[in-house]
Amino acid sequence: MSSSQAQDATGAGVTSTGDAPFFPMSREPGCPFDPPPPLREAAASHPVSRVRIWNGSTPWIITGHAEQRALLSDPRVSVDDRRPGFPHWHAGMEQVAPRRADSVFNTDPPEHTRFRRMMTAPFTFKRVSAMRAVIQEITDDLIDQMLAGDRPADLVEAIALPLPTRMICTIMGVPYEDHAAFSEQAAVGMKKDVDVLAQMASFRWQHDYFANLVKARAAEPRDDVVSDLAQRVTAGEVAVEEAAAMGVGLFVAGHETSANMIALATLALLEHPGQLAILRESDDPEVAAKATEELLRYLGIIHMAQRRIAKEDIEIGGQTIKAGEGILIELASANRDPRVFPEPNVLDLRRPTTGHHAFGFGLHQCIGQQLARVELQVVYGTLFRRVPTLNLATTLDKIEFKHDGLAYGVYHLPVTW
Amino acid sequence: MKVTVDQDKCVSAGQCVAAAPDVFDQRDEDGVVVLVKTTPDAAEEDDVRQAATACPALAIQVQG
Repeated sequence: MSSSQAQDATGAGVTSTGDAPFFPMSREPGCPFDPPPPLREAAASHPVSRVRIWNGSTPWIITGHAEQRALLSDPRVSVDDRRPGFPHWHAGMEQVAPRRADSVFNTDPPEHTRFRRMMTAPFTFKRVSAMRAVIQEITDDLIDQMLAGDRPADLVEAIALPLPTRMICTIMGVPYEDHAAFSEQAAVGMKKDVDVLAQMASFRWQHDYFANLVKARAAEPRDDVVSDLAQRVTAGEVAVEEAAAMGVGLFVAGHETSANMIALATLALLEHPGQLAILRESDDPEVAAKATEELLRYLGIIHMAQRRIAKEDIEIGGQTIKAGEGILIELASANRDPRVFPEPNVLDLRRPTTGHHAFGFGLHQCIGQQLARVELQVVYGTLFRRVPTLNLATTLDKIEFKHDGLAYGVYHLPVTW
Repeated sequence: MKVTVDQDKCVSAGQCVAAAPDVFDQRDEDGVVVLVKTTPDAAEEDDVRQAATACPALAIQVQG
């Protein structure tokens, strides 16, 4: 029996193409906060192995923390999804990829650097720190409104979605009333059970929305990100298509992910009352900041694996990734790598968590991470103090989780107080 | 301790300013790293090492 057959019983650590287990995998019933067991187990024992994906191909999957760090900062690894053999998320993405404009999402340096630097100014540490008072004010308002309303309330609708949505709409200059239609389209674009034509139509809708907004702001500029992109179009620095691609990326990443982190973390804390008490009983911003890093690590909501392709042969973790082979970087499992995080499956808000991969690593690490941090720090540091009796208005088994989403989370979170 | 940064590599993630705000800053126009102090105080050295480890672009070098 080969070693890969021996490992196949658990589905972890297979390095031959024939036995590779299917990805994405299901989470264990009753363990909604943990990555699927085979991936968690592989992080330390088989950090570089293979999986089978939707089109039958068998790309590498990287679950170990050190191995992810190395590959995400390796110039031999490309994010260019037009390269043959690229391990796309699904058939819809494969169809759309050759038609997408160049952006930070599908280019390597030097093109990537040029695009990224057009997007980063509003998200610097200091610019975002200056928004903390506004974020606190919006959070307090939303909590007031929730408390004045009916019980139970859906925490997703009451706080988790509106806070980051209002922030990203303000920064970018997107009319707040448009976010619902946009979110609906973005969700269609990511679901795996939607047909390819519907996915392509949703990508087209999102792109056209931002192309039209860029054109409108070119005519009448304001002080926002879309106006800045519009000025770059007017100056000939970028095409409208490229500006629209940047707008779509910033907007989708800018609210869905934080919304998922707010609602999912609230649920995790309600299920870990001893941990929730740490936040409820402290008004120290350092406590909330530390808790935020640990919740980002523990929940690891980006769970569909970041997609890459090798441009040259790469030796890593005792394996050889050949040029042209696909690479899946499964960020959530690296956050459970016991070589870096002792007792990785324990949620411990007091531990000094650094170096998690919740925002990725390397050149494509999240542009909006400092904004996300302040939003999460404010909500986690405020919600449980202001609503100390907050509790779940249903049972864990009745909660519907976003198993298909690019970002994991909950669709609704009924709470009472 | 002596610190150097590579602005060409920088991806403006802001991790260095978060870790050691008196040693690193970001340019207003694109968030690219600006080194405020090439020789940090002894009390800042741990934070600077943390900044170098956290930098996703490996753009910070620390000697000593």
